[in-house]
Amino acid sequence: MIALVDGNSFYVSCERVFDPRLEGRAVGVLSNNDGCVVARSHELKALGVAMGAPLHLLPPAVRRQAVLLSSNYALYGDMSRRVNQVLGEFSPDVEPYSIDESFVGFSGFPDGELEPRCRELRDTVGRWTGIPVGVGLAPTRTLAKLANRLAKREPAFEGVCRLDAAGEATRRVLESCPVDDLWGVARRSAERLALMGIENAWQLREADPRWVRSRFSVVMERMVWELRGRPAIVLDDMSEPRRRLLVSRSFGRLTGERHELEAAMRQHCTRAGEKLRRQGSLAQAVQVFVRTNPFLAGEPQYRNAAVVALPAPSADSRELLAAASRALAAIYLEGYRYQKCGVMLLDLVDFERRQASLLETPEDDARRARSQRLMATLDRLNREMGRDTVRFGLPRRDNAWKLRCERRTPRYTTCWDELMHVKTGR
Amino acid sequence: MPSTRYCIYLQYLVGVAMKLSDSTRARVIGRAEPGTAVSGLPLMGCRVRAGFPSPADDHLEAEINLHEHVVKRPAATYFVRAEGDSMLGDGIHDGDLLVVDRSLEPLPGRVVVIALEGEPTVKRLARRGGEVWLVASNPRFAPIPLAGRECHVWGVVTHVLHALPGGER
Repeated sequence: MIALVDGNSFYVSCERVFDPRLEGRAVGVLSNNDGCVVARSHELKALGVAMGAPLHLLPPAVRRQAVLLSSNYALYGDMSRRVNQVLGEFSPDVEPYSIDESFVGFSGFPDGELEPRCRELRDTVGRWTGIPVGVGLAPTRTLAKLANRLAKREPAFEGVCRLDAAGEATRRVLESCPVDDLWGVARRSAERLALMGIENAWQLREADPRWVRSRFSVVMERMVWELRGRPAIVLDDMSEPRRRLLVSRSFGRLTGERHELEAAMRQHCTRAGEKLRRQGSLAQAVQVFVRTNPFLAGEPQYRNAAVVALPAPSADSRELLAAASRALAAIYLEGYRYQKCGVMLLDLVDFERRQASLLETPEDDARRARSQRLMATLDRLNREMGRDTVRFGLPRRDNAWKLRCERRTPRYTTCWDELMHVKTGR
Repeated sequence: MPSTRYCIYLQYLVGVAMKLSDSTRARVIGRAEPGTAVSGLPLMGCRVRAGFPSPADDHLEAEINLHEHVVKRPAATYFVRAEGDSMLGDGIHDGDLLVVDRSLEPLPGRVVVIALEGEPTVKRLARRGGEVWLVASNPRFAPIPLAGRECHVWGVVTHVLHALPGGER
């Protein structure tokens, strides 16, 4: 069995841990340079504020009522790291999937203990970090994702929902789930499925896998197996490319060499940049994670991750790489043999719908046009002449990283001068 | 109360001051995690005393590390800054650094960070006559009954780091 653990309104929850007055209020977190809303408390959702809503278009009444904060990626990255650390107390097999979601593998654990264990996990994460999480437990990642959604949506589950491979409950859940709600099913495929009479997840589960592969793809066939409870997909297959991009790989052999990690990070980052440009998106922050092999007994264990925000939403590999190398430098430690390293691009926005910052000047426009031309040329060379025809070296370290973040809360956990203050007298 | 423990504590501080460069200090202590912690200091096999060192001291087996000593559960440990002087009796001065462990039970007798009507506050928990109270260690401040008040315990304060002259940042 595998669990998907996911933080509720994660960025907002992080802010609330250190400012209890935000509890119960409508809170929103803004994208870089305070352009648009990227995270909402449920109170803010109730005011009718949509994900991605531009700040300057919010009605004055909402702006008066709500607390709108600049994004504080240093804080979110550190809290995400803490949540994963707590998860590591419950299973050696923790796979971060995004800044606010992780898979926790429970193979080998007695089946009857799993649900109580997940409840304890949820309580412990809540107590130790202050972050409320939902847990979906199921035999496959696809089902775990569905279970997680139920855990958050239905209060009766109290944050933990188990979905088995078969049974009446599973059937009811799958029947009420339209196929395009499934992880990794694009709208176009969903429309084609609907034409063939497959509209919900149960119908897809009951379809013939070979037929599905011949009509669609191997990926869709795997989906059928996953819905039947047989694990078939790996993590990188399931990124929801509209929200985030993950590129990670295990090393062929364990390595402790910094330059090998840097080379891997560079490659992942370049790959992620290509994917990002192909789908016409911009990233707002870059997360890098490293870990040792948790299944090697006796080996010193280490896992860590760091997030670095980009000065402005970007699809320029040079900027992604500069951010990623800063993140790697912050977490690399000598003396460990690393098994895996990954790069995740966070909080993606569509290039077309991007919010022009008020600070943008004509020079910025010219620079962006140059960057776009350069990246397009690069992608074409690598496509036509073969992968890695043109590659990046490491960027300079002295880049200026100035963000507009007037409403950013203190970096409570990563900066000496910004610790939370507690009063002794009252 | 000068004790041997206190002497060893002084030893840490002197060691830390001597051995850490500024850059490590900034990187290290900002996050509560043993992995990024300071390269440890050699552990003395004996207490501070006059006379010849024990020959066993030549074989350094372990390293000591103030961060690991103070931070038992990195994922649950946070550093916060105290404001005000109503907890002087518990050794908490204005501006002191507090180590807060969220994984510990808020038992009576422990000093806790508690959100009182949304305001993070440090007080000692006490049980008196079957009720839980928040008490300050300065008698000028009256105890606060918890019953019927909106509050939640944020964490338990486990250590105070107070800088003496010369030790301020």
